[in-house]
Amino acid sequence: MVAITSPQFKANAKAALADPNLQQALTHVRHNFIERRAASAVALPEFEALRDSSRDIKNHTLANLDLYLEAYEEKVTEAGGHVHYAETGEEARDLILSICRKAGARTVTKGKTMIGEEIEINEHLEAAGIEPIETDLGEYIIQLRHEPPSHIIAPAVHLTQKQVEDDFRRAHTHLDPNRDLSEARELLAEARGILRQRFLEADVGITGANFLIAETGTSVIVTNEGNGDLTQILPRVHIVLASIEKVVPTLEDVSQILRVLARSATGQEMSTYTTFSTGPRRRDDPDGPDEYHVVILDNGRSEMLGSQFQDMLRCIRCAACLNHCPVYQEIGGHAYGWVYPGPMGAVLTPKLIGVDKAGNLPNASTFCGRCEAVCPMRIPLPNMMRHWREREFERHLQPATYRTGLGVWAFLARRPRLYQFATGIAMRVLGNLGHRRGRFRALPLAGGWTKYRDLPAPAGKTFQEQWKEKQRALKGREA
Amino acid sequence: MSGRDGTIGARAAILGKIRRQLGVTAEDPKRNAAVDARLTRAPKGVVPARGQLDAAGRIALFTEKMEKASASVARVTNVEAIPTAVAEYLRAHNLPAAVRMGEDALLNALPWQKTSIEVSHGASEGSDAVGLSHAVAAVAESGTLVLTSGADNPTTLNFLPATHIVAVEAAAIAGDFEAVWAQLRKRYGKGVLPRTVNMVSGPSRSADIEQKLQLGAHGPKDLHVIIVG
Repeated sequence: MVAITSPQFKANAKAALADPNLQQALTHVRHNFIERRAASAVALPEFEALRDSSRDIKNHTLANLDLYLEAYEEKVTEAGGHVHYAETGEEARDLILSICRKAGARTVTKGKTMIGEEIEINEHLEAAGIEPIETDLGEYIIQLRHEPPSHIIAPAVHLTQKQVEDDFRRAHTHLDPNRDLSEARELLAEARGILRQRFLEADVGITGANFLIAETGTSVIVTNEGNGDLTQILPRVHIVLASIEKVVPTLEDVSQILRVLARSATGQEMSTYTTFSTGPRRRDDPDGPDEYHVVILDNGRSEMLGSQFQDMLRCIRCAACLNHCPVYQEIGGHAYGWVYPGPMGAVLTPKLIGVDKAGNLPNASTFCGRCEAVCPMRIPLPNMMRHWREREFERHLQPATYRTGLGVWAFLARRPRLYQFATGIAMRVLGNLGHRRGRFRALPLAGGWTKYRDLPAPAGKTFQEQWKEKQRALKGREA
Repeated sequence: MSGRDGTIGARAAILGKIRRQLGVTAEDPKRNAAVDARLTRAPKGVVPARGQLDAAGRIALFTEKMEKASASVARVTNVEAIPTAVAEYLRAHNLPAAVRMGEDALLNALPWQKTSIEVSHGASEGSDAVGLSHAVAAVAESGTLVLTSGADNPTTLNFLPATHIVAVEAAAIAGDFEAVWAQLRKRYGKGVLPRTVNMVSGPSRSADIEQKLQLGAHGPKDLHVIIVG
């Protein structure tokens, strides 16, 4: 069971800032993703128009989601596949478990699926005596470490190469202990060798889906390693785990969104493998699964429709918002305390596990707006974090000092004269006190600020006072 | 299927919740018309100008993009030259003179006996070093091969052998994805796809360890494209 540690966000963040391995690993997030995305966006003159187009496609689909789901289901059935619906994570797990049991599964290979993390499918398969094997290199590494992913497309981005080497030596005890693993290339080759055998043995393969296409009843996965493909073509049974909002109408529509997906995620023009799967193997096919199942999960998403959070259902999980977030860049993904980190997680997590547990996440934002600026689906993430803050306030979930402080400020802000009077006094006092140094190293009630940086001393007058003086001076000159 | 009743209950509950939240009905003729129209007409949206080139331009762009993604590209004038081109590639890369391929009509009809290459047929079982496939199409815009599953070109050949050689006819290199969809609809019918359509834009790779790009994660380490014509 992956423990939810979102309520301890502040302690998590503090620990993350003091973790030298994590800080070293995060330097790659701070540079590579950002520079690569920017370069590939600039290289395609239609990029901004494609973002608009992608947003519009998803908006249209969400407004007709019931009809597109029905159309999709009809096509899957026509192709010989099975569609199962699950309202909750528990229902989805039961469905998957019963398909695996019916297939007599001993081992299950898995492509990367965030919904699999959301419903903790691995833990439940293990409890039922079925061994789940993560096959994405990053997922494989964190499975060895019994950790959740720290990033939605680069699950092991929080680790250094040395840590991975140590894990492989610990886990792969049947190999020569003196083997050379000093290069990333050697680590990859070792994982490839071990997983190749597991691919060939597996009874069931579980993948996620980047898209479900209503026109053809097709599930689409996007990968670079090819692990998702080996997961879905080698075992006898292929299970696709997807949430309701993954549906898009047509092949043309998915092509619009694919053009912004990889560019926003890794800066590639296209990921190496984009695979369209429709039903089980056909009569003359020499390979592919005999059975094809799609488990469609709601888990609270339908409630986001028609609400302030509907736009979040456009998310295609590219992780651009994580990569560009100054908070994520400093603390990584684990501090967020559940499956989805960064700005998209700050909006989604309170919906999925409750604002009482995840209320800290929408507060972990400077509202700098970079997430919205880079979101390929133009999701107004800061606005939605603001909605969560409001809900948190309405439900009296913040600490008393915070509420009292806000109350005092609100009392003053509603009385402009009193506000000007009070701030005027405060600015004069602070201005005089800080006059000599020009800054404060410590201030009562502002320890949270001054602990990490100095507070610049005010000019001695409020902005409004200075504005009035300037206006007066200007008028004097004109006259 | 176990839990059939349960899943039908869940289906009705989810669709019902979606309709309630959206404040809509399933019968609304306007909504149904809009959905039918989109599924039938499949509007194209924004198609980048970069792929809108003549045949020579498309081949050049496709080659450039493929090479940028660490694939190698060769060009031969006619299909009969494919076996020699494959043999040359195998020799240059110190690979055994053996390839595995499906029952593809074009590849099957070639004069393999003129080379020393041993050809075996069928899906890959994981022990073959080199897979050979015939792509139905390619996309110049992004440097992407399009392969479809079936007895002619088994999907396992695209992923299990460490080296994948793919022949594609120059005339099949389209400017954009939309042109490929139009072609597949003509071949398979509207709303129908083969079991698997693989879009391949280079050899397999991973950057999961400190974001260092490594080729040959789970799929082929080497991808070699032979453009024919």
